[in-house]
Amino acid sequence: MKTLEEIHKIREEKRKELDLRVNTEADTREKHILVCHGTGCTSSKSPDITENFRKILKEKGIDNVRVVKTGCFGLCAKGPIVIIRPEDTFYAMVTPDDCEEIINTHIVEGKTVDRLLCKDIGNKVVQSLDELSFYKKQKRIALKNCGVINPEDIDEYIAFDGYLALEKVLKEMSQDDVIKEVSDSGLRGRGGAGFPTGKKWEFAKIAQGDKKYVACNADEGDPGAFMDRSILEGDPHAIIEAMAIAAYAIGADEGYIYVRAEYPIAVQRLKIAIEQARDYGILGKNIFETDFNFDLHIRLGAGAFVCGEETALLESVEGRRGQPRIKPPFPANAGLWQKPTLINNVETYANIAQIILNGAKWYSSIGTETSKGTKVFALGGNVNNIGLVEVPMGTTLREIIFDIGGGIPGGREFKAAQTGGPSGGCIPAQYLDTPIDYESLKEIGSMMGSGGLIVMDDTKCMVSLSKFYLDFTVSESCGKCTPCRFGTKRMHEILTNLCEGKGTLEDIDKLEKLAHNIIKASICGLGQTAPNPVLSSLKYFREEFEEHAVDKKCRTQECKALAKITIDPDKCKGCGLCQRSCPVEAIKGEGREIREINQDICIKCGTCIKSCPFKAIS
Amino acid sequence: MSENLVTLTIDGIEVKAKQGTTILEAARTVGIDIPTLCFLKEINEVGECRMCIVEVEGMRGFATSCIQKVADGMIVHTNTPAVVDARKVVLDLILSNHKIDCLKCVRSGNCELQKVSKQMNVQDIEFTGEMKHHEIDDKSPSIVRDFDKCILCGRCVATCKKVQEIGAIERSNRGFETCISTVGGKSLNDVNCTFCGQCIMNCPTGALHEKETIDEVWEKLRDPETTVIVQTAPAVRASIGEEFDMQIGTNAEGKMVAALKRLGFDKVFDTNTGADFTIMEEANEFIKRFKENDTMPMITSCCPGWVKYAEMNYPELLPHLSSCKSPHEMFGALLKSYYAEKEKIDPKNIYVVSVMPCIAKKFEGKREELSNDGMQDVDNVITTRELARMIKQANIDLAKLPDEKFDDPMGEATGAAAIFGTTGGVMEAALRTAQDVLTGKDLKEIDFEAVRGKKGIKRATVEVAGKTLKIVVASGLGNAHKIMEEIKSGKADYQFVEIMACPGGCIMGGGQSIKSAKTRLDHDVRKLRADCLYTIDEKSAIRKSHENPVLKKIYKDYLGEPLGERAHHLLHTHYVQREKYKLD
Repeated sequence: MKTLEEIHKIREEKRKELDLRVNTEADTREKHILVCHGTGCTSSKSPDITENFRKILKEKGIDNVRVVKTGCFGLCAKGPIVIIRPEDTFYAMVTPDDCEEIINTHIVEGKTVDRLLCKDIGNKVVQSLDELSFYKKQKRIALKNCGVINPEDIDEYIAFDGYLALEKVLKEMSQDDVIKEVSDSGLRGRGGAGFPTGKKWEFAKIAQGDKKYVACNADEGDPGAFMDRSILEGDPHAIIEAMAIAAYAIGADEGYIYVRAEYPIAVQRLKIAIEQARDYGILGKNIFETDFNFDLHIRLGAGAFVCGEETALLESVEGRRGQPRIKPPFPANAGLWQKPTLINNVETYANIAQIILNGAKWYSSIGTETSKGTKVFALGGNVNNIGLVEVPMGTTLREIIFDIGGGIPGGREFKAAQTGGPSGGCIPAQYLDTPIDYESLKEIGSMMGSGGLIVMDDTKCMVSLSKFYLDFTVSESCGKCTPCRFGTKRMHEILTNLCEGKGTLEDIDKLEKLAHNIIKASICGLGQTAPNPVLSSLKYFREEFEEHAVDKKCRTQECKALAKITIDPDKCKGCGLCQRSCPVEAIKGEGREIREINQDICIKCGTCIKSCPFKAIS
Repeated sequence: MSENLVTLTIDGIEVKAKQGTTILEAARTVGIDIPTLCFLKEINEVGECRMCIVEVEGMRGFATSCIQKVADGMIVHTNTPAVVDARKVVLDLILSNHKIDCLKCVRSGNCELQKVSKQMNVQDIEFTGEMKHHEIDDKSPSIVRDFDKCILCGRCVATCKKVQEIGAIERSNRGFETCISTVGGKSLNDVNCTFCGQCIMNCPTGALHEKETIDEVWEKLRDPETTVIVQTAPAVRASIGEEFDMQIGTNAEGKMVAALKRLGFDKVFDTNTGADFTIMEEANEFIKRFKENDTMPMITSCCPGWVKYAEMNYPELLPHLSSCKSPHEMFGALLKSYYAEKEKIDPKNIYVVSVMPCIAKKFEGKREELSNDGMQDVDNVITTRELARMIKQANIDLAKLPDEKFDDPMGEATGAAAIFGTTGGVMEAALRTAQDVLTGKDLKEIDFEAVRGKKGIKRATVEVAGKTLKIVVASGLGNAHKIMEEIKSGKADYQFVEIMACPGGCIMGGGQSIKSAKTRLDHDVRKLRADCLYTIDEKSAIRKSHENPVLKKIYKDYLGEPLGERAHHLLHTHYVQREKYKLD
């Protein structure tokens, strides 16, 4: 247990000690080597890097350098990332073997290791994180502490104003004050649907009940989305603090964090954070010497996508099969064990403490008319800077993909961006300059979703992509209601037929008919949005579907069944390399003869294309 | 206007409905029949099939009319083009994964999916594709599951879990792979299923049905060497008429007997006579145990679903069960001993068919301990529905038959036996005999109202021969569970407990005529059938089992005293601890 006074003292002392983390001019002889310990960098051996650094420092007897495990810096494509503070030197793609050189050159000699510096857009070598164009247009609120603090040390969180918002709420604000602040901020649910957060809190507060709960939806299920994971890995206390604030506001004393078991690092850090918060008396009874009590539990999800749907999540927390409930009643009135329950997504919670500390006015000054604040996007696909970006609402797709994301690799053309994961849609190039917010994305046939943003270049077939998303929904449909259970399967079958050259124009009409009715008749958000990727692709790329149906042609050659590999007789020199590489002996010809492919045997594996030194095969 | 009435508009019609009713129910009151499949009042109100979707002005998306409650001023449209189109697509999708073999389906003509398809004028299936195929599970003696006809409405799961509190089945897998499964996908034969058959009663299609054994009956009927004797359980007569479009709960005893005779059975007897034997034995067993305070409370044992449940779940309480065989088993044993001897027939050539409202009786019929000299007491158990099928097969129009009487000399039964078919009936019949035996008088107060009625658990204190008895009657295994927990914990101070596995007793048994969800919304099936049995009782000349002249004669000529040596040998049994799950 720590008294409030002790916590204040920790904040003051620790803040001074950690000044070098955020101040390149910090007056200190200390250095901090920050090593990213997010999931991506961890899988690329960042724990070995940390260990090596510590070992070498010890061997060399260097005692003014601290190695710090942090959360994700965001630029995952360049991981593992190591940053040295206070000078803010940014080293990319570091391996455990590089540690010695970094210490010898950077720490001991005071020179940068040039070969490990990051190359920005236009191959420009940059020294520091701040110089990288990836970070320039970002505004970090939800990710504020990610990559700055050690998420496993509550003191570091406290140092950067951690739990100050909770103190303010408990000491100075009424429940209604808190709800008003959140409402005025304009914050909307970051889980996908964008429901006004303040309103949700208000409903949960008004709801009658002898017992209330708060819940955190950390069941991030969109393929390619990892913002919630990164927040939990990089700043778990921010979620605990926000949930405590929410609990106070609605009158709850117990909370559940539902997080998928596939996020072991996030789970581990959450567990540590909850333990530390309990030790400090920030969770438990009479928090901050008030009569407010609150404690938290973690529930692990087994990875079913549908459990990200709030009512299915509740079912799962209660120990039942994850299936959505019919709304109304909404969780605010009948949630966990039929008690009033407030459920927010991780990223939504990550904004709360900042709103309380900086005020609704500050928060609502960021963003667009209807969508305030920032949004974190997991940028992936055919884009140079794969990673996590947080931008003000209203930033355009072009800015995210080209200015922050560094554009499309290999000089290829941008074809579409997919937002909102399997519930979202594909946005074509004509909308690159649309400022992104909840409404604008909806208008152009997609949705914000949880913030997955997958970029596709011109080698991607939209029919095949639609099928890919349906693959996902078919296997993730919980099977409770008919339209989603059977409808998505039938859509998938039609798309498969189209990709295999067995589809007809009539099938495309059927696809649309099914899609519209699945949206209307399904019980939950999963079914109601599952056809979106198909409908938006049909809207913007209908001619590709028709080519598959009528001409039996896939312009990107991605649909193997429709692809035809041929040898250009003008370019073929008769070297026979293709023939030797073919695994099914589909290529005819002897000696120096021009080779020919037997289409009946060819399996379109493409090996011959790669083997041809004269680029005669396509 | 009463305060709790709300006024809403459905398809332009002003409707007044009680607060708390659903749009579906309100619509039906004005003749708007919204199709449903998964809906089953109070058991499965989940809105999963999506057939009942409607539009409500001001509401986002479609409303689920089987769940959505009415509200004042609500404007509902049940048949807009959008609703109709979506509903058609939903039905089409269900049919696209349904094994459509209506011609040979056991539920053809009484299938809710078929009815809805007809109602919506389905002419073709648009969205055809892969169909999920599962092996048929017909391992158990009682029940067959054909998943290829399952529409995943979840009614069976809800029944098993919520009503019976067994949970033998649950949804398994996800999306298109979803199926209703047991633990580890085992056969129902090898899991904690009690064979109560309530899932069958609530299945809208032919995915669940009894294991049919009428072919063997036909074979025996054609065999001149075999004396084929049929007996019919008390509850059968209250339901069989329904299979021939007679009103629910019509007493079709006489017509049923006539039909059985036309089918060619050598003798047509009444299980009610067997029920009178059961009462004689059970009432005397109770008096003995009560006097000796031996393993109290005593619990009835005539329901085979309940017995299997007890054997699997409460082996330590099995001594509480009465050792009496169930009525048809007692009767079967007497047919192959007393009757065979009397009629000079080799019991090996007697083939006893029991017509039961029950599928657990099929399992019971095969129990090893219910046999004598290597012969099963009963050779074949068929359900009310199977008998109806036989009658139809024989081109007999039941409704047009004259009333006929059961055969002598074992066709006489009392009113006490008739009410065996409804919850509380066994208790009431036993009390009638017990009080006379204890007082040695012919008491006139024989209606025990406290054990009648629809409540799942009926606790009562009754005065019997100057003694106060605490009794309880439970129907439905969920209720049985509650009572057994009371007994197990030592909190119960009952002397006599009656338990029936099916809610409402045998009249609602798993072998009875199946009523659709809609019919059950419009009619109180349990009450109508129960009334039928109580009327038989009321009109019976003899209403106490021990006064049945057939009984008196057989005890005198053959059995000796109730609980005597011969009676014990023929009419009593024992129970075995049973594993819930058979491991491979």
